[in-house]
Parts: sequence; C-alpha cells; structure tokens
Amino acid sequence: MEHLIVIVLLSFLAITAVAVVMLHDLFAVVMLFGIFSLLSAVIFLVLDAVDVALTEAAVGAGISTVLMLGTLALTTRKEKTSLRFAPIPLLVVIITGAALVYGTLDMPRYGDPTAAIHQHVAPRYLKDAPRETGIPNVVTSVLASYRGYDTLGEVTVIFTAGVGVMLLLGSSRRQTKRKRGKR
Amino acid sequence: MRHHLILRVVAKLLIPPILMFALYVQFHGDFGPGGGFQAGVIFGAGFILYALVFGVETARKVAQPRSVRVMVAVGILLYGTVGLVSLLLGGSYLDYSVLADDPVRGQHLGIFIIELGVGTTVAAVMITIFFTFASRGRS
Repeated sequence: MEHLIVIVLLSFLAITAVAVVMLHDLFAVVMLFGIFSLLSAVIFLVLDAVDVALTEAAVGAGISTVLMLGTLALTTRKEKTSLRFAPIPLLVVIITGAALVYGTLDMPRYGDPTAAIHQHVAPRYLKDAPRETGIPNVVTSVLASYRGYDTLGEVTVIFTAGVGVMLLLGSSRRQTKRKRGKR
Repeated sequence: MRHHLILRVVAKLLIPPILMFALYVQFHGDFGPGGGFQAGVIFGAGFILYALVFGVETARKVAQPRSVRVMVAVGILLYGTVGLVSLLLGGSYLDYSVLADDPVRGQHLGIFIIELGVGTTVAAVMITIFFTFASRGRS
C-alpha cells in the first residue's frame, strides 16, 4: 500500500516537473512549483521524515511561492522562448542524469539497517540521546545539541541570505535621499 | 485586496491559528516534530499572509521593518551567546550540560534557548525578505 502511494506521488512529481519545463506562462510555473513542493512534502511524510515535510511545506509551497510571485510582479509573466535547437545543453543534461542514475545503483536499499549511514554515530545517538538530553525527539537533540555547530552554521546561512537580500534589493536611506535631491 | 471579502474573512480566521501553531511547533519541538526553523518559517508565512491580504502598509505598522531587522541579528546572537556562556562556565562551546546544575536540565535549557534563537532569526529573515521584495515593487 505504501509502495503504491509513493509510486503515485512520484509519478505526479514527474508530471509536474515536465509541465514546469513545457509551460511558458511563468505564473502557472510558479503555481506548479508550489504543487511540486507540496507533493515532495507528502513523500517526506510517507517516509516518516515529519520535520523535513513540515519545512518543505512551509518553505517550498508557502514562502518561496510568494517570493517568486513577487519577482514576477517586478519582471514579466512570459518566458522568453528560443526555437533554436541546442544540442550541447541536452547532452550535458543526459550525461548528468545518466551519472546520477548510475550512482543510485550503488546506494543501499531504503531502510536497510546495515547501511553505512546507520552504523557510524546514529546507534549511539538513538541509544543515549534521550538519557543525555532528556528530550524524546531525537531529531531535535541531534540538530540542537550533538550537531549544535552545524545548526549555528545553518542559521548563519539564513542570516547571510537575509542580509544579502537587504543589501541588493533594499533601498538604503542614502539612495532615497539622492533620488529626492535629483527631483 | 480591499474587495476580496471572502479572502479577508478566511484570512482573519486562519492567521491566529497559524501563528499559534508556529508557537506550538517552536516550544513543542522537543517532544514532537518541529523546532526553531520550522516554527520560524510558519510564523513568517502567517505574517506574510496577513501582509498579502491586508496590505503591506498595514503589515509595516504591525511589525516595523526596522525592528524586524533587529530581530534578525538578535536570534543568531542569542544562539552564539549560549555558546559563549557555556564556554565561560567551563564547558566547551555550545556544550549545554554546564548551563544548569544537572547536565540533563542544562541540555534542555540550552536547546530551548538556541531553538528560540533559530526561530527568531528565521521568522525575521523571511519577513524582511518579503518586505524588501514588496517595497521594491512600489518604487
């Protein structure tokens, strides 16, 4: 049953991705991106990654859709299309895709307990985290405590993104004054 | 959006539960799914919904862009300060065990504070980015 749900969701995901490529109306593309994120969120939910699903639904389907619509309002709704056939990008895409598919052949089966990722520090976290941190949600204790440096780095990335947007797009007070002076 | 009566009424009904849910995800992240990042994004999304329906100018009065910008820094500084305090108390950086008498309680306290910092920065950054995009469109 779970397999069936995942297969249906993944095929919807593929259909949405193809539609994104085919459509030239960017408004529809943004909407499809939101649907794509929502579908990925449901897939994460089926895979029991609730924390990731929550993030994907809020960021992918919520905020980034709004931001992309804001960008559309600043630019244009229609994609510039070129009818010229471009063989090199097509070749690059096919080779990259083939390499990625080849890479998945070596990956352990989903949920395989003997996979390398489950042998390193994960058993220790799962065994000791509730006792050491007193927190039932192991995801939270790993992110916030055992991997506190990484999370600090992630917050710094978000901080930097915010500062970058403010610097690039935000009109500083000096600029507004200069504009007024010109008038 | 002044004429979209249904949108306005539905948004009015939805925004308080969204913000409450964000706080729930923030402070219940120790026990259920969620944490600072998810909470911050949900809070930001709720606020952006408010700004979309009731106008960016009204939203600017609710949360002044200047104070939101301060919150961007406050969150990450809160996170870093927890690390410094644990350093001063004789532990290593971001080792929460030394924050209280009992290591487990210290861990709990440290995680609570840093999640609060993460949530503050994420929500403030989301709102700031939205404000920046919105004000760009006006000029």
